[in-house]
Parts: sequence; C-alpha cells; structure tokens
Amino acid sequence: MAALVSVRDVVKHFPVSRSLGEVVRRARPVVRALDGVSFEVGAGDAVAIVGESGCGKTTLGRLMLKLVEPTTGSISFDGAALGGLKGPALREFRRQAQLVFQNPFDALNPRFTIYRAVAEPLVNAGIAEAEHADRIAAAFRRVHLPDLDRYLDKYPHQLSGGQLQRVVLARALVLAPRFLVADEPVSMLDVSVRAGILALMREVRDAMGLTAIYISHDLALVRYLCDRTLVMYLGTIVEDGPTEEIVRRPRHPYSRALVAAVPVPDPDQSRQPLPIKGNVPDAREPPSGCRFRDRCPHAFARCADEPPPLRAIADGHRVACHLEIA
Amino acid sequence: MILEVDGLQIHYGTAGGTVRAVDGASFAVPEGRIVGLVGESGCGKTTAVRAIMGVLAENGRRAGGRVVFKGKPIDETNTRPLLWRDIAYVPQSAMSSLDPVYTVGAQIVEVLTKRGRHGKTAARARAAELFDLVGLSENRLRDYPHQFSGGMRQRAAIAMALALEPSLLLADEPVTALDVIVQRQILDTLRALQQRLKLSMVLVTHDISVVAYLCDEVVVMYAGQVIESGPVREVLGRPRHPYTMGLRNAFPDLMSDALELVPIAGSPPDLADPPPGCRFTPRCPFALAACSTRPAAIGSDRAGAGNAHVSACLRDGEADHLRTFALDPVTWQRSSAYATS
Amino acid sequence: MVDAPETGVIAAPRRGRGQSILPVLRRMAAMPLKDPFAFAGLTIYVLFALVALLADQLAPVDPLEILFTKAGKVAANLGPSGEFPLGTTNLGRDIYAQLVHGTRSALAVGLSAAIIVATVGTVVGLVAGYFGGTTDAVLMRIADMALSLPFLPFVIVLTGFLGADTSNIVLAVALLLWPNSARVIRSQVLSLRERAYVEAARVTGASHARILFVHIAPNILPLSFVYAAIAIGWAIITEASVNFLGFGDPTSVSWGMMLQDAFTSQALSRGQYAWFVPPGICIILVVVAGFFISRGYEEVFMPRLRGR
Repeated sequence: MAALVSVRDVVKHFPVSRSLGEVVRRARPVVRALDGVSFEVGAGDAVAIVGESGCGKTTLGRLMLKLVEPTTGSISFDGAALGGLKGPALREFRRQAQLVFQNPFDALNPRFTIYRAVAEPLVNAGIAEAEHADRIAAAFRRVHLPDLDRYLDKYPHQLSGGQLQRVVLARALVLAPRFLVADEPVSMLDVSVRAGILALMREVRDAMGLTAIYISHDLALVRYLCDRTLVMYLGTIVEDGPTEEIVRRPRHPYSRALVAAVPVPDPDQSRQPLPIKGNVPDAREPPSGCRFRDRCPHAFARCADEPPPLRAIADGHRVACHLEIA
Repeated sequence: MILEVDGLQIHYGTAGGTVRAVDGASFAVPEGRIVGLVGESGCGKTTAVRAIMGVLAENGRRAGGRVVFKGKPIDETNTRPLLWRDIAYVPQSAMSSLDPVYTVGAQIVEVLTKRGRHGKTAARARAAELFDLVGLSENRLRDYPHQFSGGMRQRAAIAMALALEPSLLLADEPVTALDVIVQRQILDTLRALQQRLKLSMVLVTHDISVVAYLCDEVVVMYAGQVIESGPVREVLGRPRHPYTMGLRNAFPDLMSDALELVPIAGSPPDLADPPPGCRFTPRCPFALAACSTRPAAIGSDRAGAGNAHVSACLRDGEADHLRTFALDPVTWQRSSAYATS
Repeated sequence: MVDAPETGVIAAPRRGRGQSILPVLRRMAAMPLKDPFAFAGLTIYVLFALVALLADQLAPVDPLEILFTKAGKVAANLGPSGEFPLGTTNLGRDIYAQLVHGTRSALAVGLSAAIIVATVGTVVGLVAGYFGGTTDAVLMRIADMALSLPFLPFVIVLTGFLGADTSNIVLAVALLLWPNSARVIRSQVLSLRERAYVEAARVTGASHARILFVHIAPNILPLSFVYAAIAIGWAIITEASVNFLGFGDPTSVSWGMMLQDAFTSQALSRGQYAWFVPPGICIILVVVAGFFISRGYEEVFMPRLRGR
C-alpha cells in the first residue's frame, strides 16, 4: 500500500540558551531532538513511537502535524511535502491531520463550553453553521457520548478525565480526518478508565479507516493499539518492527533493556535483571557513532566510529545496530 | 506490626460539604516488609499516608480511628518528633522537596544537623555515605537540584529520607514521574536498601505492576475504604474482590497473551455523598441486592509474620467462582442490576 | 447504549460565537461585590463620575469667573460661607466650583490614559508574546527604552515641546506606562501559548488572529484591567504634579492647578485650608480607588496572591 506519511532524513535541532563562554566562542549549542529519522506510514496503518522522555518522540509527532518545521529533511503527506504547504493546501491538511493530547484537562479551553470546543475545528474549516449540530452529534456518537445534552453546555472542569478525553477525541474526529497523532492519550487517566479509551481509539480507527501514530513511553500499552512499533533513543530510531516481535524478541540492546524494564502486574512473572546501567546522555552532546554505545553491554570499537544504519533484518523489521542480531 | 491503622476516618471540609476522603480504612504494616497502598486517584491513599504523618491539609481533620506506631498511638500532636527519625517520607516529585537555591548536599547536612544531632563534619561524612548508599557519586553533593536528572533527584530524595535512619519509609508515587528504565533502577535501589537497612515501607501508587515488582503485601483502596489486602502474590494472583479483579483486567501487561484490556464501566462515587453499602456496587458486575445496603467490612488475619489475604466483598466465599467470570470481558460490559447510574 | 433522539440535536440551541470574552467581562463586573476594597474603590469612582456629570448643576458658578461682593469689591480670599462653601481664591474665584469642575478634568485624564495604556499594552504584549522572535525583541527593546525614561521630567519636557495641553499630558503618561502592562501580558502570553488547547486550535486550522483574540486574549483581559486601573491613578497624579509645578495649562480647571494657585498665593500662611485640603483629598481618593480596584482584580484573577 502506498505510504500516506513519509518522513525522510529528518533532523530537528532546537537552539538552547548560551552561556557567556559560548557567546564569546560564537558557539551555537543545540539540543539534537531528532538526528536523521526516516520511515513511512502506510495508509490505514497504526504505528507506535516508543521511547523515554527526551528521545524525540513528541517532536516527531509535532513535525508530522506541521506544528514545527524540521531543521533539515522532509516530511510528506499524501505525496505533498509539508514544508511547502500554504493557504488553502495547508487548510486542507489541517482538516485531514489531527492531534489527541496527553492531558485532557489542558487540551480544552477552560472558557469554552464543550459545544464550542468541538465546534472549533468546524469554524476554522469554514463549515456552514447549519451543519455543525449534526456533525457534532455524529462525532459524539462515535466516542460513545450519545447523551449530547448532558455535555454540550458544560465547561471542561465539570467533566471527568475519561469524559474529557472522549470530548478531545470527538473534536479530533469532527472533521473526519484521515490521519491522527495521539501523544500519550491515556497516561493521565486512571487505570479503570484507560482501558475504555484504548478500546475506543481502536474502534474509531477501524471504523473510520484512520492512519494513526501513537506516541507513548509505555511499551505495554502500545501492544494493545498498534501492530508496528518504532523504538527511539536520543533522536534516532533504533528498532522498527512488528510490536509483538519487539516485545517477545527485541533485537536492539536498547529495546531489550526497555522490555526488561517494563513492570508487569503479575507477581509470579520472574523478572530479568536490567541489562544496562547509567542515564540517558545529554542531548546537546550525544556520543559519537551509535548513540547508545556508552550504555550498551555489547559495544565495541566500531560503535564509536560510525553510527549504525537502520537495516532490514526481516520483512518489515529494521534494526540500527552493528551486531549481527538476526 | 510496626504500623497499624485502624478504622481511620479523614474528612475534608469543602464548599460542597464534608468529603470523607478516608472512611474507615484499616491496614497494618509488618516489620521489615514493603506494603503497597494501591488505588485510583481520589481513593484516599495519599490522604491516609499524610494522616499517618500528621500533616493533613488545612481543611482536613481526623474524624476517627487510630494510628499506632510501634505500639504507641500517634496523631498530629505527637508525630512531629517522629518525622525523619522514625518515619520518613519520599514524595512523588523530588523537585518539590528539594530547595532550588541550596546544593543537595547542604540540604542533607541541614537535616542531619537540625533534625538529628550530627556535628557539621560528621554530617558531611554521613551525607557522602548516604549518596553512596543510593548510588549517587559523592561529588554530586555540591550540585543544585536543577543539575540533577529526574532519577537522580529521586535518589537524592531517598538519601535525604534515610538520613536519620528511620525505621518506616512512606513513599508517595516515588517512581510515577520517571521513565521505565530509570523507574526500574530506583525500584531496585529501594529493594536493596530495604533489605540492607531492614526498613519497613509503605509505597503509595496507582500502578499495580510496581506493586507486583516491589511489594510483599498490598492494600487495595476504593472510595476511601480498604477493600482487599494481603500478600502480593495472593491478592494480584488470585484477587477476591471484584474491584481488584477488574483492576487486574484493565491493567496492561507486557507479557500476557490477552490482547484486550477491559475497562470498569462507571466512575467512583462522590465522597461527599457516598452510596450506602459497598461503594463498588454501582460498578460491580456481581452485585447482589444486599450489597447496596450492607456496608463492606474487611476483617484482619495474621499469616505468619505478615497479614493474611482478606476481602471486604459480601460474596467473598464465592471468590474463586467469580474470578473465572471476571476473566471474561463480556462480564464487565453489562453493568450491575443494582447500578444506580 | 442508546443514542440521543435526533430531536435533541435539532433542539440544541445555537451555542455560538463570541462568547469567550463575555463571561470574563461578566465575572469582572461581578468582582467588586466580592472584594470590599474593590467595592470601596468602585463606589468612589461612581461618586466622582456623578459629580463630574452633574458639575453644572452642583456648582452653577463658572469656576474661572471673578466674583464680586455685594459691596462691589473683588471677593478675594474669603473664608467658607453660605455663598462660597469653600471660600474664594486670591482672584475672587469660587473654590467649590473649581473643585467640582476639576473632577471632570481629573476623570478625563485618568480614563483616557487608562484606555490608551491598556490597549497599547495589551496589543503589544499579545503580539510580542505570541509571535516571539524578532517582533518580540524589537517591541521589548522599545519597552525597555520607555521604561528607562525618568517619569516626571519626561512628561514636563514633552508637554513643554507639544504645549501644555491636557491631552499632551495624557499622551506622555501613556507613552511611559504602556511598557509595564505590555511586559506582564507578554509573559502571561508566553505561558498561555504553550497550553495544549492553544496548540489544539492550531491543529484544527485556527488563524493567528483567532488564536490570539479568541483563545488567548480572554485570559489576559483581567490583567489589562488591572493595569488600566493603575494607570488612572498615575495619570491623575501626574497631571496634578505637572500643574502644581506650573508647567500645566493655566486656563484649565484642575485639582493640580488649584494646588498651584493656592501655593503661589500663599494660602497656607493665611490658614486658608479650605482651598488646598479638599483638592488634595480628592486626588488621594481617586488614586487610592484605582489601586483598590486593581488590587481586587489581582486577588480574584490571580488567586495565588491571596493571603500574601
């Protein structure tokens, strides 16, 4: 199937405030949020982006929605480069690509009623006001909030976290988009509510044929949502493959550490010791070669010299490691 | 038992009336064990821990019950001298317990000299020792909190809590804000320290997988009450209260074969006006008519040095039978016949 | 789950547009009822506004007219009496009439300065905070320059150049005061800009103008108001100072001019307290009222300050 979104050699550096010494030396330190990321997302696919804070996953999501511009590299949506989108083409893109937020308590304007919040995309897309009520009703049914009149005149603080996240999802769906980015959509919700939102996201995706990106730090959650997972570390993709493969047989040493670290609710499950030590290095001065080498139990000379390319080890499975991990 | 909480009631006065944040919670912490206090937001777990330390918010008050520490009843009038020396606290966000304008070392030294009886030199040596204990390099003592990563700050907060060799450590969501790998490192550190120092610990968390990894016993709270408690393997492996069963189904498990999470429909009751009887009744798929009238009661039982597995469910006798139904997602789709909303 | 009947949808009222500012204004209007200081401040304003409106009825005498006694002499330096409640000036003018008519110029100066300061400060703060980058840098450096000017000397010099017109005093005060509000509003916008709901508006294709004025502005409106209330006080004090120092328009009737006349004619040494005490009290009252109101808004809209 043709790719709906393709990300090519994307690099994103954020400037950071300089120390006096750096000003004198005319150094321009940057945080290397993303450093050469390439992948494609097929139409109708659901892809998870997993990694620890600071790995660049959120930046990647924002780039795909054209909320920030890449330093170099390009992203295209449905064949058109996002960099060149302007005017009507940009408005059309905004209709087709939507975002679901991590914190539903912050994602809705506290001064807007639920009706106004969900109508906002319709207003921005210039849809006739006569159509609003019907479209909003349809979006609310999709997210299983059929009892419209109980919600529409309320303000966000009057709803629970689970209800708010449904409203946020309804707002994202009201324009019937093709592409959805969800940034940690359930991490702020209580456990018993979480499962319902995850099931809903899956259901909505299937019903509308959405292409979706889920950004999460939690490999365990991602399993319930996506068939394919990208594991990121310090601005690079270290492994890209079928979620079950990555969970059962992680190939990259970092993926292995991640899988080993995820706690499981079953006390009878024996846990392997953590195979790595230390902390994530500073993204202003990442290690040369492989970003993971200073924490990797298998690192050897070559790892410091050249960054490992992301190479295919099986159909639909790529790993960025110099070891022969097949 | 190093700590016993018996029928604890904490009320908050709010504009909307009295909120019974903790309503008759009882549990006990055996010497040298790690007890997980688990529940969702608003279940009263944090309030219970704050009440143990005698540091409730201004509008909160203890309306009943007893807290017994090492055989002696304690309340807000006499907990202050115990803090740091006997009972120490590790907060969720170490940033909030560390002062940004002093070095981390200076803050630990201050605890040692002001709260303890260490001299300046002895305190510095002890601070270095503590840093070593939690896996931080002692030359980081001269750093300010903002120079630490989240995991390092949490380690520093643990070091500070351990400064005066307390026997009971209360940790409120100590790893929630951390990434999984760092989280695992901190949990391993806590486990090692607990064994080495023979600490007793209460770990407040919403994450049953953290409990499964670290704790010996678990106390499950729902709507201000304890609904199930006992050894971790028993409670999480063979839950006897429907809420715990539901929680287990709703929780993602990296290693399980089931690829579906099952939500618990509905939401917890309003604690300003809780329903009579068992508070889980409106969401419980197994509720009987009697459940909405008879208040849930939880017994207590010893099993060796620790606590035995007990549940507040009226149908506790049928627990094994209910558990098989609870594994079926369909069970949770229909809400209870006695559901009120 | 049962779907809502379609009629429920059609019956849904048009919950429409442009409501975001109204609730804020409504809350702002209701605020003085909650805060006793603000209530006092507002009461003072309302009283002075009534006096200004009814000045011609309250004091039918022209404040600049030179009056004569029945004996045909100039009614100069008279003490308070039934005919002249506060007495007369050394030129035989009715002090009471000057006081009442002075309210008009005080309020005109205060309100116009407040409107200019709040408008300029809000727009600059919004634009600088939202767009950032060069726009922000340029606007903020201009603000820095304005802030570095010495207050009263600048006003005196400017009125000296442009003429001692009251409107020039207002202009000078506005030029000096907008940076305070602009800076504070800018920093507020910087944090609001990062809120997820602002990003949500962007994702759904909202224009910059819509994000600025519909999503961000309602949140900083109370701040604009605080600065407007503060500006009222400053402008009135400044106008009084300029007039008192003798740089004002000698033909205007204002409290500052009254003080200046009283001072130069040595009313104090004659013990003519009724000449200079009332305008002094009026200035204090109006200025304090402005601060009371701004304090009330601060407490209502920035609750973290409460109890400090």
